[in-house]
Amino acid sequence: MSNQAKKFATVGKSLRKVDGFALVTGKPEFVADLQLPDTLHIKILGSPYAHARITSIDVSAAEAMPGVACVLTHHNTPPHRHTTAGQGYPEPSPYDSRMFENKVRFVGDRVAAVAAETEALAEAALKLIRVQYEELPAVLSMDEARRDGAPVIHDETDSPGIYDASRNIVADVDIDVGDVKKGFEESDEIVEFTCETQYAQHTPIETHVVMSYLDSAHRLVLRTSTQVPFHVRRIVAQTLGIPMQQIRVIKPRIGGGFGTKQEVLIEDLAGLVSLRTGRPALLSLTRREEFDASRTRHPMRVRVKLGAKKDGRLHAIEMEATSNTGAYGSHGLTVLANTGSKTLPLYNKAPNAHFYGQAVYTNLPVGGAYRGYGATQGYFPLEMAMDEMAERLGLDPIELRRINHIQLGETSPIFEKLGEGREGVSQTMKSCELPRCIDIGAERIGWTKKRGKRLKVGSWVHGVGMSIMMQGSGIPEIDMAAATIKMNEDGSFNLLMGATDLGTGSDTILAQIAAEVLGVPLTKMIVTSSDTDLTPFDVGAYASSTTYVSGMAVQRTAEKVRDQIFGVAAPMLDVSAGELTLHDDAVFAPSGQSVGLDRVCQRATYETDQFQIGATASCVPHESPAPFLANFAEVAVNTETGKVKIVHYVAAVDCGVAINPHMAEGQMEGAIVNGIGYALTEEMILSSKGRVRNPSLFDYKIPGMLDIPPMDIILVESYEPTGPMGAKSVGEIGINGPIPTIANAIYDAVGIRLTETPFTPERVLKAIKTAAE
Amino acid sequence: MTITLTINGLEKTFEIDPGEKLLEVLRREGYMSVKKGCGTGDCGACAILFNGRSVNSCLVFAAKADGGEILTVEGLATGEILHPVQTAFLAEGAVQCGYCTPGMVMTTVDLLTRNPDPTESEIREALSGNLCRCTGYVKQVRAVQRAAELMKDGGSHV
Repeated sequence: MSNQAKKFATVGKSLRKVDGFALVTGKPEFVADLQLPDTLHIKILGSPYAHARITSIDVSAAEAMPGVACVLTHHNTPPHRHTTAGQGYPEPSPYDSRMFENKVRFVGDRVAAVAAETEALAEAALKLIRVQYEELPAVLSMDEARRDGAPVIHDETDSPGIYDASRNIVADVDIDVGDVKKGFEESDEIVEFTCETQYAQHTPIETHVVMSYLDSAHRLVLRTSTQVPFHVRRIVAQTLGIPMQQIRVIKPRIGGGFGTKQEVLIEDLAGLVSLRTGRPALLSLTRREEFDASRTRHPMRVRVKLGAKKDGRLHAIEMEATSNTGAYGSHGLTVLANTGSKTLPLYNKAPNAHFYGQAVYTNLPVGGAYRGYGATQGYFPLEMAMDEMAERLGLDPIELRRINHIQLGETSPIFEKLGEGREGVSQTMKSCELPRCIDIGAERIGWTKKRGKRLKVGSWVHGVGMSIMMQGSGIPEIDMAAATIKMNEDGSFNLLMGATDLGTGSDTILAQIAAEVLGVPLTKMIVTSSDTDLTPFDVGAYASSTTYVSGMAVQRTAEKVRDQIFGVAAPMLDVSAGELTLHDDAVFAPSGQSVGLDRVCQRATYETDQFQIGATASCVPHESPAPFLANFAEVAVNTETGKVKIVHYVAAVDCGVAINPHMAEGQMEGAIVNGIGYALTEEMILSSKGRVRNPSLFDYKIPGMLDIPPMDIILVESYEPTGPMGAKSVGEIGINGPIPTIANAIYDAVGIRLTETPFTPERVLKAIKTAAE
Repeated sequence: MTITLTINGLEKTFEIDPGEKLLEVLRREGYMSVKKGCGTGDCGACAILFNGRSVNSCLVFAAKADGGEILTVEGLATGEILHPVQTAFLAEGAVQCGYCTPGMVMTTVDLLTRNPDPTESEIREALSGNLCRCTGYVKQVRAVQRAAELMKDGGSHV
């Protein structure tokens, strides 16, 4: 633990979650747990075709069915174009979506919706809707999308923000540093890999779910499982064409998100049903609908070319990415840009760099935000190429990385060139313990005694691999978070914040930050978060922003309140405010004399110069401090079956100060296990017609308790001077590690380079056989 | 049709449709700890104890459960006093979003009732049907181990 962290009373402790008791006792805290009388149930009719025009739709039989309250189609719903991507305004994603359209662009795309007295009735009514489709030729791969004469997926003329709709290109990025062509000419060694990543899904155990109702002022309330309540309010207002002030969004406890709930996917439907009928409405996606028609990780093809000098210094890096954004361009530009912007700064010594790529439409499931957000796809070829480059140069892979990775006090021109789909923000590393992460990880895995040894146990061959990476903490100069704190006369505090706890524990760690500043135990903080009527704005939980950005907003708010407390306490203690300190529920004078916080607030509330002690403050970050991660894995590869078994996984992460170590570890553990699933088993398999063939948790295999290797997660603390209490964010970084680390370990074991995920036994065995020939 | 169930120690009679699953009936009757994650028996979020054994309530026809005894997470704690399994899950930081927690807690109660001193691999085997996407399971394994210790001590502490 860093020296600074040792001074903390509340921060740095693994305190129990403020919502823990409710969760562990099964209290009805989630969206679907709220039962309101007279609730309607909504079901959606999805398209059976990947690409088709709706030539007619007859809902008369459905509408006439007893128990049906409302049927929605493109004939009777607002036509406003919008993006479902819950991003800051103006969103960098194209406005290519409508509530309903006379065109469907992927299997599962919305055709109609029914609200009825029960779910069963709504389902029965869907079957009565008669739809005539004119099937259109479909684009079923990235390569087809840009082919001459390919079907145009977004042939409408009213969707702004598409780079080149006529060629199915959603976004295009191209940035240069130095002269990469010359750089390669001047290099002594060149390595190049092209890697492909698959369609994968977030699979939060709670699917997308929303409950809507009208309040006593006839305003629309959306109680929804979202990562972005304030963006939901804005985008639903835009979609339905109603004033934003008519909408209140409440996020209760939610059952995980991982990016898929950064999408405004179903709130418009429930909202419109409540507005039309005046009744509460519940819409909960089935697991099958979640697979068919929610969001996915953008599948990508990423080519990386590295040029290095004999001494190991990288001289040129080129990365070319092609991203499949599916039928709609949600997060298309920004995920593509982050593939470069979150990876290339890691190797800042290379004077020549080039990142370019395009995101393309297909008639396939829709991409969206997914933990890692492009970096996951980019680190695969980058870290594999580094492994290969080390071998070519006769260097240990660790050594090659030490020579080239970004260090404390250093910057990278990429930060400024490439940001969130536009120019970025220059920044210098003010905390970086990556060298220590590498040391600790290498020691823990037994790097020197295992690397290159190819230990054989029966048909299993062991190998070790490693990778390093960085991410960010929020989006600089774009994200905004705010908090309000008010003091109560018993010495407790209300903490009201827009920040969105999607199960990460942010309600707890943000309250720990406030408690630390205010000198009270966590139990004195009353937390209210994510209610657009009650709490100040926050962009929401994405881009590893909450600990850093929302945390700074909370810290500043608490500091303002602390200063007010000092102002009230100074005359009580007969000293100047500047001499006071705050701890143990009391204000202390230098003499040791003290006055309790309850007394301070009673004075302000009832006695002298009365006012409400309280404040609001905001944070717009000017930088995005990177967490750093060193991954090490020992794997065993079965040369007869192709099965890959992870024997040991080690992740050493520089997270700044861990506000709550249990929760920081939890973020890492969850992300790495999700990444292991992505590396080894998870894949949405699509039919030749574009339909998801494995839309269940039985056929889409996410890791269970038996699939988890022994893991060591090591928090290597640093102190980030710009962060709250020295903290950085670690929500995403872990998910990027398993693919390159496992790939490199497989190479160490059996000498094959796998360039396509997931590393299934079939692929591994095929590569082993090909290599043997 | 009508069925009678003893839920968390109280006998209750419900009117149900013959095709309904226990999960749907329990949630309709207000036992909201029983979560739906898939409806196909793949995730374990709806796990409850049925006649003392952990089952996925989304797979059990309510009609078949007639006369049975059911324990849900709502029936574990006594007021503010948590069951040792709940205490252990909180203390070890094994709860993140909490959506899979009730099912995992009930499966753990089942395991520790049958096997008070499970090995790590027995724990992993027993909870292999309870999916969690947040935690990575590390802290949940520790929580089950800690719960086993707490139950041996006979202790239950908030």
